[in-house]
Amino acid sequence: MTLPLFFFYLFSIVAVASAFMVISSRNPVHAVLFLILTFVNAAGLFMLAGAEFLALILIVVYVGAVAVLFLFVVMMLDVDFAELKSGMLQYAPIGILVGVVLLLELLLVAGSFVISPDVSGSTGLPISIDMDNTRQLGLVLYTRYVFLFQGAGAVLLVAMIGAIVLTLRHRSTAKRQNPVDQVARKASETLKVVKVKSGQGL
Amino acid sequence: MDFVTSALDYLLGIPFLGWGVQIGFVYKALLLLVVLLVFTAFILLADRKIWAAVQMRRGPNVVGPFGLLQSFADLLKFVFKEPIIPAGSDKALFLLAPLLTATLALGGWAVVPIDNGWAMANINIGILYLLGISSLGVYGVIIGGWASNSKYPFFGSLRAAAQMVSYEVSIGLVIITVLLCVGSLNLNDIVVAQTQMGLAHSLGVPWLSFLNWFWLPLFPMFVVFYISALAETNRPPFDLAEGESELVAGFMTEYSATPYMLFMLGEYISILLMCGMTVILFMGGWAAPIDLPPFTWIPGAIWFFIKLTLVFFMFAMAKSIVPRYRYDQLMRIGWKLFLPLSLVMVVIVAFVLKLTGWGWHGGIA
Repeated sequence: MTLPLFFFYLFSIVAVASAFMVISSRNPVHAVLFLILTFVNAAGLFMLAGAEFLALILIVVYVGAVAVLFLFVVMMLDVDFAELKSGMLQYAPIGILVGVVLLLELLLVAGSFVISPDVSGSTGLPISIDMDNTRQLGLVLYTRYVFLFQGAGAVLLVAMIGAIVLTLRHRSTAKRQNPVDQVARKASETLKVVKVKSGQGL
Repeated sequence: MDFVTSALDYLLGIPFLGWGVQIGFVYKALLLLVVLLVFTAFILLADRKIWAAVQMRRGPNVVGPFGLLQSFADLLKFVFKEPIIPAGSDKALFLLAPLLTATLALGGWAVVPIDNGWAMANINIGILYLLGISSLGVYGVIIGGWASNSKYPFFGSLRAAAQMVSYEVSIGLVIITVLLCVGSLNLNDIVVAQTQMGLAHSLGVPWLSFLNWFWLPLFPMFVVFYISALAETNRPPFDLAEGESELVAGFMTEYSATPYMLFMLGEYISILLMCGMTVILFMGGWAAPIDLPPFTWIPGAIWFFIKLTLVFFMFAMAKSIVPRYRYDQLMRIGWKLFLPLSLVMVVIVAFVLKLTGWGWHGGIA
């Protein structure tokens, strides 16, 4: 057993175990935290495969941003998990069906080298050993797949604008401040110093 | 069991005793840890002293000469007190949160080059690792606030989380502008690039090396990074997560003794990490400000810590002279000011680099 192999088993065992805990833990917040542990271990596996850029992007994007939002929502919602779990058997057949389809697809992807070697052979790009994979990914993304990449960005932008439009409310009752106006205010325009004689008032 | 011996050699090797081929990783890590913790102890004291001096107080001045040992006295006090865990709290997560904060803050220092090549791990994607570590830092705050099972800590952690996630965006974009100029994600390369190109070189006075550093060409980004770093680490004037006038002590309200100390330690070490990032990205890392003998005699590691202290002094002054922001204004600066500004700067810098052919092209791979 070599050191990378040891870490491979360590990361995979922890990833699978925490993935199981995601669906079996009673507390939803614990479930999200186990999901985060799964992400981190997946990042470790990427790192072992030499895809250090993907590993850290997984941490920055999924763990650092997406999972934070998950955690937010789960903490704020008052979900009664006992009630949710009571109907679990009812949905079990659908769940099992989805699981089986997913497993078959994964097996097909993993087995494509055996089933049709010509297909997987033509998509592979040669990877030169003397280039770090950030540069490698950049070269492929911005040349060969530039339109797909930009298209994906546009789809995300549209989705973001859509979400903002759906949730934006213009409340006329809310008092708003314009910081530019506040900063532009001068003492001479707003303040008046009045000399008041004692005992007289204005 | 071959891998066990090779791992042990790597971790605990002592070459001059004929064991292993290089000095063990554990010793280097321990050295960095000790230096960092002692430095943090004095930085904490400096923070309080500067704050006191601005307010014309004396600050801590009882323990040791000039109060120099105050931090160590605080350490003893925290360790010997009884940690109180609230009855309704989630005990495991309650204790996990401060550990997470402190561990992540210390882990970030693994890639910081103190001197040329002096990093625990000189990895190709060092800056991305730092970004990842600082984005994970938010978990300590969220978990701590939630596990306390109390209202004010929860409010504090919600505020902190929203704040940290927002300012990470502009920090990421600032880092991208620097990366465009350097062309490498390696922290060592970023510093080397600042010594090998820049204004001083093009003016023909290469010994004025402080003009080479990125703070000058990327000055707006330097300011954005400094303010975002204050917000990212929940430093005043952006310390709304623990604003004592409204939230008692924010997410730390229920913490006491050692867990509280770990929170505070993690916070200060991540502040130092942010200062270190500022030094590496904009202030030439370990390089001497003037490349002439009296300055070059001082070792690079000392220069690094001098610059680190300087940046921290700026942080401490901001704490003592700037009043606390209102929360909506904080969000406004982050999303409506810094995000567009840094996005525009990324585009401008990319165009300038492309059209003029400036930038550093000596990176690895």
